[in-house]
Amino acid sequence: MPDYLLTTSPQMAKRHKRHSRFQWYGRVAIAISISFMVLMFTAIFARGLGAFQKTMIGVDVEFAQSVIDPQGTRVQVDLKQANYKPLILTGLQEVVPDATERKARNRLYKLVSGGAVFDLGERVAANPNMIGTTKRVWIAASSEVDLYIKGKIDENLDEAVRRLKDQDIAWVNQLKAEGRVKKKFNRVFFTSGDSRAPEMAGILSAALGSFFSLLVCFLIAFPLGILTAVYLEEYAKKNRLTNLIEVNINNLAAVPSIVFGLLGLAVFLNFFNLPRSTPLVGGMVLALMTLPTIIIASRSILRSIPQSTRDAAMGLGASKTQTTFHHIVPLAMPGMLTGTILGMARALGETAPLLMIGMVAFIVDVPKGVTDVATSLPVQIFLWADSPEKGFVELTSAAIMVLLMFLILMNLFAVYLRRRLERRW
Amino acid sequence: MSGSRDFTLRRSNRRNQIKEYGIQAVLIACSFVAIFTTIGIVASLAFEAFHFFKKIPLTEFIFGLEWSPQTALRSDQVGASGKFGVLPLLSGTLLISFIAMCVATPLGILSAVYLAEFAKPKTRNLIKPMLELLAGIPTVVYGFFAALVVAPIIRSMGSGAGFQISSESALAAGLVMGIMLVPFISSLSDDVLNAVPQALRDASYGMGATETETITKVVLPAATPGIIGSLLLAISRAIGETMIVVMAAGLAANLTANPFEAVTTMTVQIVTLLTGDQEFDSAKTLAAFAIALFLLVLTLGLNIVALRIVNKYKKKYA
Repeated sequence: MPDYLLTTSPQMAKRHKRHSRFQWYGRVAIAISISFMVLMFTAIFARGLGAFQKTMIGVDVEFAQSVIDPQGTRVQVDLKQANYKPLILTGLQEVVPDATERKARNRLYKLVSGGAVFDLGERVAANPNMIGTTKRVWIAASSEVDLYIKGKIDENLDEAVRRLKDQDIAWVNQLKAEGRVKKKFNRVFFTSGDSRAPEMAGILSAALGSFFSLLVCFLIAFPLGILTAVYLEEYAKKNRLTNLIEVNINNLAAVPSIVFGLLGLAVFLNFFNLPRSTPLVGGMVLALMTLPTIIIASRSILRSIPQSTRDAAMGLGASKTQTTFHHIVPLAMPGMLTGTILGMARALGETAPLLMIGMVAFIVDVPKGVTDVATSLPVQIFLWADSPEKGFVELTSAAIMVLLMFLILMNLFAVYLRRRLERRW
Repeated sequence: MSGSRDFTLRRSNRRNQIKEYGIQAVLIACSFVAIFTTIGIVASLAFEAFHFFKKIPLTEFIFGLEWSPQTALRSDQVGASGKFGVLPLLSGTLLISFIAMCVATPLGILSAVYLAEFAKPKTRNLIKPMLELLAGIPTVVYGFFAALVVAPIIRSMGSGAGFQISSESALAAGLVMGIMLVPFISSLSDDVLNAVPQALRDASYGMGATETETITKVVLPAATPGIIGSLLLAISRAIGETMIVVMAAGLAANLTANPFEAVTTMTVQIVTLLTGDQEFDSAKTLAAFAIALFLLVLTLGLNIVALRIVNKYKKKYA
């Protein structure tokens, strides 16, 4: 063999080097995107995990008859609304006896959550036999104390810019030394609505708002979407009208989501006077938004069904409608459902259009239907992200984790449906 | 169906015929929803924008250099009429989109090239879903991350280098938006690259070109129109993106090209004008619809051009 075939020329080596460099560019590009994603998830998870636990303070409360129910009537409402503040304060002062002045007492009381009195009221109303006894009850700590216990407050910071002062920290440590501070699962986060106080805020009302919106969205978008797809694929002749519809659908898929919100505001709210801030309108807007996605996905599924299926049905005397609805649609259904679920997953994460129709509100109550005022999970995330209190950072991250979990579940369900039911032709 | 058994064919035929037509009518009605939606969008935006332009002349809106939509409570107040020039908003939108595209274009195209040309099927099957995951993350999450993590990092890096960077810089929003756009560009470009006929590659290899030479000198030039189409689609997304800029970019309408300053965008202004209390006849509220109309024209225009390019390209190699 001649020599020049066995040795690589410098020219060739250079070209090969360029080749491997170019491959590395691609790898680096992918690595950047994916490491960004990993960084984002770790940053959010690291902040959010803490929110699933909350700090409780153990207080020996003397449920004095004279304070709670002086008349001894045991009326539920009175028990709930009795003045529990002095009882909690006395309990705290047993541990921290040096807080006697009014100012110091007020600061001491601020260590526990503002919702603690309602919590005690509920407990006593549920079990009136507690009255007259002294019991150690675990009540929620305030958000600042919670953050301190979780190590999220920098003690070395200048006292003037800290909300938790040195004195407060000393008290908390005193309580901690007596074993009166513990962390427990944050049930409130899953069972209550929004609140101004981070330790009492939860995602239930937002999650239900999202659920009702998606329900409305599904009920509108799914039938409309698949019927449109069926019409365009199975019935429509190629003419100007069909073309117009197709162009419309493709363009709608590219319209920025916020514009759909403006449509909802101008048409649904101002023209049809539908109730503002409700999942009904939210779902309608989301339905219009997901419609193009569903139509496009369903059409490609219908297209993949072989012509022989139609021919066979027609050959046996079935009409066009019978062929379509007895044979083609059932065969395409799993695929169309998959496309719909993926579209709904997108809708679940959508925020901007809901801001436009007023689903951006401080919602404490849990919505019971589609016409109750509500907000949605992503909007709740947006609202909390905007709140100045430090405790909400944790909640925002935790709410994002919940949202991502729902998204992953929906996607997994779609994948499962596809694997399980979809046929390959 | 049931009628056909007793051989009264004619009557059941007519009934079936009616049923067929009825069902077809329902189907047509359903597909008209898409048309009605478009009409609804255009009409509602145009209608409100028309009212807006009765108060503020169109030329002032398009050529005005100042944006401060505060309308006065009393007519004799100082600075009674707000300034409604859309240019600062447009410049802010374009600045952020430009930064985003500077990030997304190289990352997206290089990822697509790697996935389409170099990666083994196994790697491809692993990485493609991961990139798609990036596209599935709600934008509110990106916005939160941009405001909470990226913006402070950029600010501290800037002050380390002696720069004065605003905490709501265009850079933070743009960078994060760029990452968000990577999967759009990469998956579209991936399709485009896969559509380039193998014969072109084979011919290039036959001439002795290396794989990289084939890609840079043959495949990419052949795929350029399609890739440009995908970039245009990404730009249109960037312009219409709302949550990232609402959370990470500012409200100050600066007419600037400095990425370290706070800028505002059209979508941010729509959100600020329309959340909270609103009366429907004030120029302030109506301005949001005018901006939205502008936004719609911009994104749809980009989209139509992009789709045309992509379709033309597809036909070329079909």
